[in-house]
Amino acid sequence: MWKKRIWALIVVIIGLALGLYVYKSEPVNGHAPAKPAILTGFFNRHPNPFKLGLDLSGGTHLVYEADVSKIPSGQVSSSMEVLRNVVEARVNSKAVSGVLGVLEPLIQIKEGGIGAAGSEQLIVDLPGVTDVTQAEDTIGQTPTLDFRIKSDKEAAPINATVGPDGKVVLPEVDPYANYVSTGLTGRYLKTAAVQFDQNTGSPYVALTFDADGAQLFDAVTKANLGKTVAIFLDNKVISAPTVQSEITGGQAIITGSFSPQQAKALADSLSYGALPVPIHLLSSELIGPSLGAAAMHDGVKAGIIGFLVIALFLILWYRLPGVVAVVALGLYVVMTLAIFKLLHVTLSSAAIAGFIISIGVAVDANVLIFERIKEELHGGRTTSDAITAGFDRAWLSIRDSNISTMITAVILFSIFGGTFVRGFAITLLLGVLVSMLSAILITRLFLRSVATKDGTRATNFLFGSGFSSAKSKAVLKK
Amino acid sequence: MFIIKNKFVFLTISAFIVLGSIVAILVYGLRLGIDFKGGTLLEVNYTNGRPETSLIAPVLASHKISDAIVQNVGESGLSIKSSPLLDTERVVLVNDLSLGGKYPLTQTTFNSIGPSVGHELTQKAIVAIIIVVIAIVLYIAFAFRGVSEPVSSWKYGFIAIATLVHDVAIPSGVFALLGHFHGAEVDTLFVVALLTVLGISVSDTIVVFDRIRENLKNRIAPTFSETVGRSLNQTFVRSINTSLTVILVLLSLYLFGPSTTKNFALVLIVGMFFGTYSSIFVASPLLVIVEQSQAKKALKHKKK
Repeated sequence: MWKKRIWALIVVIIGLALGLYVYKSEPVNGHAPAKPAILTGFFNRHPNPFKLGLDLSGGTHLVYEADVSKIPSGQVSSSMEVLRNVVEARVNSKAVSGVLGVLEPLIQIKEGGIGAAGSEQLIVDLPGVTDVTQAEDTIGQTPTLDFRIKSDKEAAPINATVGPDGKVVLPEVDPYANYVSTGLTGRYLKTAAVQFDQNTGSPYVALTFDADGAQLFDAVTKANLGKTVAIFLDNKVISAPTVQSEITGGQAIITGSFSPQQAKALADSLSYGALPVPIHLLSSELIGPSLGAAAMHDGVKAGIIGFLVIALFLILWYRLPGVVAVVALGLYVVMTLAIFKLLHVTLSSAAIAGFIISIGVAVDANVLIFERIKEELHGGRTTSDAITAGFDRAWLSIRDSNISTMITAVILFSIFGGTFVRGFAITLLLGVLVSMLSAILITRLFLRSVATKDGTRATNFLFGSGFSSAKSKAVLKK
Repeated sequence: MFIIKNKFVFLTISAFIVLGSIVAILVYGLRLGIDFKGGTLLEVNYTNGRPETSLIAPVLASHKISDAIVQNVGESGLSIKSSPLLDTERVVLVNDLSLGGKYPLTQTTFNSIGPSVGHELTQKAIVAIIIVVIAIVLYIAFAFRGVSEPVSSWKYGFIAIATLVHDVAIPSGVFALLGHFHGAEVDTLFVVALLTVLGISVSDTIVVFDRIRENLKNRIAPTFSETVGRSLNQTFVRSINTSLTVILVLLSLYLFGPSTTKNFALVLIVGMFFGTYSSIFVASPLLVIVEQSQAKKALKHKKK
């Protein structure tokens, strides 16, 4: 008995610690909490705010359709991955330069899935961005890959000036400014892949041109032996190899001192130029930040009021077990919120709704257990026997009924990929799972640890429910 | 036993409500939101007083937007729904809505959905509902595989589906009425709400069936219908209490929650209410009817 009580106390303490974590790891007004304390010091260094969906934080949501009709079916997912990386790089580069105020862009590939054959979509979430046009411009530009050689013409004369200290100052010159296009562009590239040198193990990028490209490349390399051919992506030099021999057959390699990751990035960029996945905007959504904040505020308010109403009902109807259930539910809420934080589950208003419903499901499990225990008490068992038997019988009902809710959540999750429906499905699924655990483990532990002496009037009252005490019906039946 | 004795009364009530819902859907139809049919939703907030709606109409006409629905939102907001707009069009339109700067405004929401997205969503919604229904029949047939006497586990599954049709038809009918009288639109959340009702209502039915399964095993009563009746007596407090708590939470979501999930909460409240009603007053009586018709057939066979 006392062992159970100590365990129950430990569980409550763990719950309080989790609650502290959930609360304290939330930055106050976007800043880490300022209070210097031993405990909060840890959270200051490790803030872990809830990840809010666009509808709560405000921002831009863009859905693009990628035209993959010209891509062999085996390469669709890899080219979508490349597309995603390039778009992410674009958005990030703009974010760094401060053009787009993106905090944490989320770019997802939404596969066609069931019922939407052949349609691949790219979903771009830009929290905090309210300029849709600029966002679209950043993403929608067509990337260009081309090979350039140094112009025969002399570069423009450099205007050197003499600085105040008497030294000659040369203006900064872009060494590739006078390179001209050879006509060889990404249009002719068939593949670009990372490979590794057999001897040194260093990575390089292998290029394969198509037939027309091979001819062009042959001509370009023949004419420029010993010279530099610069490879431009979006008008920026990404590599400038020196031509060492005439290359026929359309195979080329780009070597350089890159890490495997850099080589991969380069190959991806080249592939993207080579495998143009044309995209066009299907839908765009802009949520003003004030609207998001209001939705967030209302969602939290609804959750708290809902919880309080349930707590009141449980305590009034189920008395002592009701109090136990409220404590267990509190722990359930804290645990689930902590899981949302740790797994970085994106919370949208639909996701919050899913979580609020899962609170209802958690209550359901507790009610099932209490009703069962009450029946067992009516049947004349002792309190602790009734608790054991009640749990055993209620478990089957809880399991079977929750599995059907989980089946629904899993189906929602897998069919509506990439949308806010997923958020709802995830929070509902996690919520139902945790609620089963909390009902079976925590409520049982707590109930056992508060089980009082049998047969007293107090026990009969505390374990009774509604308008009847625990024993009254049993007496009537006899 | 009260419920089983009067099973035809309750089934008739249910049949009338379901019929009424179907009539409402057929007569008024479900008003599809831009999620499904594609279109643009633009919301602006006037910071210094909202112009009369009559002043807005010429602005829309100048943009050749003929199918727009203009509504006032709250104290100073304005929402415009129309066919899909390009973003460049939106920028000019928002500018023009200030009527030359006389009514300063900020744009709060812009949502433009192409028709193909809507089409895809419709397909997915239908596929999702079909898969959920199939999965649930299979699951119930599996979970109740031990109880083949006197009603086979497949029939439990199909009765659960019959109650599901009941539980989904009624909120849909309510929504058709809401759409007609209050302009409520069917969006993705509506589909999610219906699917959630499917999941929760089935779990409610399963709890009752689980009790019947247990009582059949323990042979607590001589006849099937009496076993079902006693099982109902044992479970209805629990059924009502649990859906009451879920409905309390949903009410709080409806009353205090974000405006975006208000209709969602309402569909769930209606669905939960009738889901509980159906697991007590529809599913179990149907089970008894199936068993009785089976028994009659068996009797005829014997006589032959």
